Amino acid sequence: MPQSAEKILDHGPLFREPEYQEMFARKKACDGAASIDATALQSEYTKGWDYREKNFSREALVINPAKACQPLGAVFAAAGFEKTMSFVHGSQGCAAYFRSHLSRHFKEPCTAVSSSMTEDAAVFGGLNNMIDGLANCYSLYQPKMIAVSTTCMAEVIGDDLFGFIGNAKQKGSVPEDFDVPFAHTPSFVGSHIDGYDNAIRGILEHFWKENPAVAGSSETINIVPGFDGFCVGNNRELSRMLDLMGVSYKLIGDAADQFDTPSDGEYRMYDGGTTIDDLKAAKGAKATLALQHWNSRKTLEYAASVNQETASFHYPLGVKATDELLMKISALSGKTIPEALRLERGRLVDAMADSQAYLHGKRYAIFGDPDFVQAMARFILETGGEPVHCLSTNGGKEWAEDMQALFDSSPFGKDCKAYAHKDLWHMRSLLFTEPVDFLIGNSHGKYLERDTKTPLIRLTFPIFDRHHHHRFPVIGYQGGLRVLTTILDKLFDKLDAETNIAGETDISFDLTR
Amino acid sequence: MAALRQIAFYGKGGIGKSTTSQNTLAALVEMGQKILIVGCDPKADSTRLILNAKAQDTVLHLAAEHGSVEDLELEDVLKVGYKGIKCVESGGPEPGVGCAGRGVITSINFLEENGAYDDVDYVSYDVLGDVVCGGFAMPIRENKAQEIYIVMSGEMMALYAANNISRGILKYANTGGVRLGGLICNSRQTDRELDLAEALAKRINTKLIHFVPRDNIVQHAELRKQTVIQYAPDSKQADEYRQLATKIHENGGKGTIPTPISMEELEDMLLAYGIMKTDEQMIAELAAKEAARQAAVPA
Repeated sequence: MPQSAEKILDHGPLFREPEYQEMFARKKACDGAASIDATALQSEYTKGWDYREKNFSREALVINPAKACQPLGAVFAAAGFEKTMSFVHGSQGCAAYFRSHLSRHFKEPCTAVSSSMTEDAAVFGGLNNMIDGLANCYSLYQPKMIAVSTTCMAEVIGDDLFGFIGNAKQKGSVPEDFDVPFAHTPSFVGSHIDGYDNAIRGILEHFWKENPAVAGSSETINIVPGFDGFCVGNNRELSRMLDLMGVSYKLIGDAADQFDTPSDGEYRMYDGGTTIDDLKAAKGAKATLALQHWNSRKTLEYAASVNQETASFHYPLGVKATDELLMKISALSGKTIPEALRLERGRLVDAMADSQAYLHGKRYAIFGDPDFVQAMARFILETGGEPVHCLSTNGGKEWAEDMQALFDSSPFGKDCKAYAHKDLWHMRSLLFTEPVDFLIGNSHGKYLERDTKTPLIRLTFPIFDRHHHHRFPVIGYQGGLRVLTTILDKLFDKLDAETNIAGETDISFDLTR
Repeated sequence: MAALRQIAFYGKGGIGKSTTSQNTLAALVEMGQKILIVGCDPKADSTRLILNAKAQDTVLHLAAEHGSVEDLELEDVLKVGYKGIKCVESGGPEPGVGCAGRGVITSINFLEENGAYDDVDYVSYDVLGDVVCGGFAMPIRENKAQEIYIVMSGEMMALYAANNISRGILKYANTGGVRLGGLICNSRQTDRELDLAEALAKRINTKLIHFVPRDNIVQHAELRKQTVIQYAPDSKQADEYRQLATKIHENGGKGTIPTPISMEELEDMLLAYGIMKTDEQMIAELAAKEAARQAAVPA
């Protein structure tokens, strides 16, 4: 036996031992699996243009969509508020998925409760689950607010949250004046970014509806960050920049502390987040800005309906995108952009220029949420690279038009194309038929990296197989520097790997790059 | 612009809901109201008299064709009929498959998000049969219909359905703004129909808003895919619908929270009005019939 108590092999080497290899071979024969040759032939076929065309004419099937469902976004959104418990009205498995998905990325616990609907609830409606669930959640976890979202099950049977929560309050589940904002988040419509949008809007509506505050009565600017796996680093970086400017601002939903609690001997179920008082006061703000437009359309529509000025961005990553955000905030607040930030900008531009010889003309494929892809493509263009394949499963027609306008604005965008509503299997065909130097996305890209040998750069949610990246910002000038370094590290690692065979390719195995 | 008024018609299947609602809305449009009809019935027949055509393309049918609701444009599903009344049919799945209730939710969300409710005075929902699931209660939810009108007649099952629908409304009325606007009796010329309708209205804490007499002219108009208002504007029946429309128009904000009664109470009421007989009565009648037959047989 290869395994012994003295020297325990990890599953990696263990299953490569001859005993296991023989067993796998026997199993394969027993299963009647295709021969290695037949598999190789089929595999080869999937790399060609013929297969690409077949793949892109696919109608009824989605393979590896680069998106998650609405309630995941709602659970993330709720994590951004003071002592708020996420309440998922639906079955337990859904809530478990949202928790594990966020935990695997942030490497932090993620709390959420469900109303635990089962077959009888599907038949009779989930009202009793709501009544018991709210009462349990309130007494067990002592939250300051419970934010309710829904899963497919509750949505299909048409459970009405407004009525249910009202009824539960009448039955005494939670006090009448306890805050229970809600959002209908059917999993089968849109994606997690819509769920985020619906949840934030639901929370704002809850606190602003009968709130006498008049928009513009304060100098504060509300900022809605959007669904962001890098919120830990990004929100802190944003705050740092705005503090430098001396601007009065409030983040509407800030999960930075919730998903980055320190190990100091005290477990906290809730940490940080926008306070309820701040949320109420936020109605009087001068303006509401969304850092991620496609994440915040309904929220902004609502903010506009209470007479706030609104503006949106596409994830302020890179030089120009950060410029635009700071200039807008400067114009709104009347505060000038301080010298310190001007210097940071200069340093980023300097760094980009230093590495220009390597970055120029590099070809990239990018996938992820629509705002991220837009921002990343824009930054790549700023470095003189070509974002050749830009794919977003939850990006729509308008997003694709925006992307085209972006490509048209740069000489490097000539051969670039945006793919809305496409999945990672489409991306596989793109990478095989029109290869690029790097693939930028999340951990799900590692299978594309394996198949197509395109090096993967992990820069967006979810990142399950690398640790702590999200603790550093990718937005702002400092974030830009970080993104630049990440890309360059991958670039130089690749260059070294290609030139490190002694006596063969090592003529360019240079110490200095 | 006055606040958007939203109403819904519910009632037992086959009671004449669609006919009554379309005739009433045709009369409302004469009063200068801008109207949107949202048909919430998989049969998609809530707008044919207004459009003078057989069922239109439904939201769900087109969504299925396009792949998803997000690919639809409002113009694809919104048709304009008699005197500018806007019509949408939600449609639904084939009988025996899928979930028509979710279809109603999907359609109404689509219409709201795409601005179908802008620039109208009235939205009227025409909902199939009974409030069988959460989906068919969508028009009763908060910020949807403020008043529900139940179309009924003096027949036993129609009364059952009316009481059941009130139970559905009650579920939402205590926490929200939805109210029962009243009963509309679409006469089937049954015994003591008016008395019964008024009695039921009283018992469930509402009013009989109008008694629509039976008139074949409705069927004649319907054969021509028209409302009576359009087909025979000067007829007596057209005036009945105009009266009903006026009453509904003036009934805004006057709805009530219904007090549905138990099955036993309802049956007692039907007994009292001679619509239903007790088991004892029926057994006695049967015994009498058998005795008569016995007597007729020669010994």
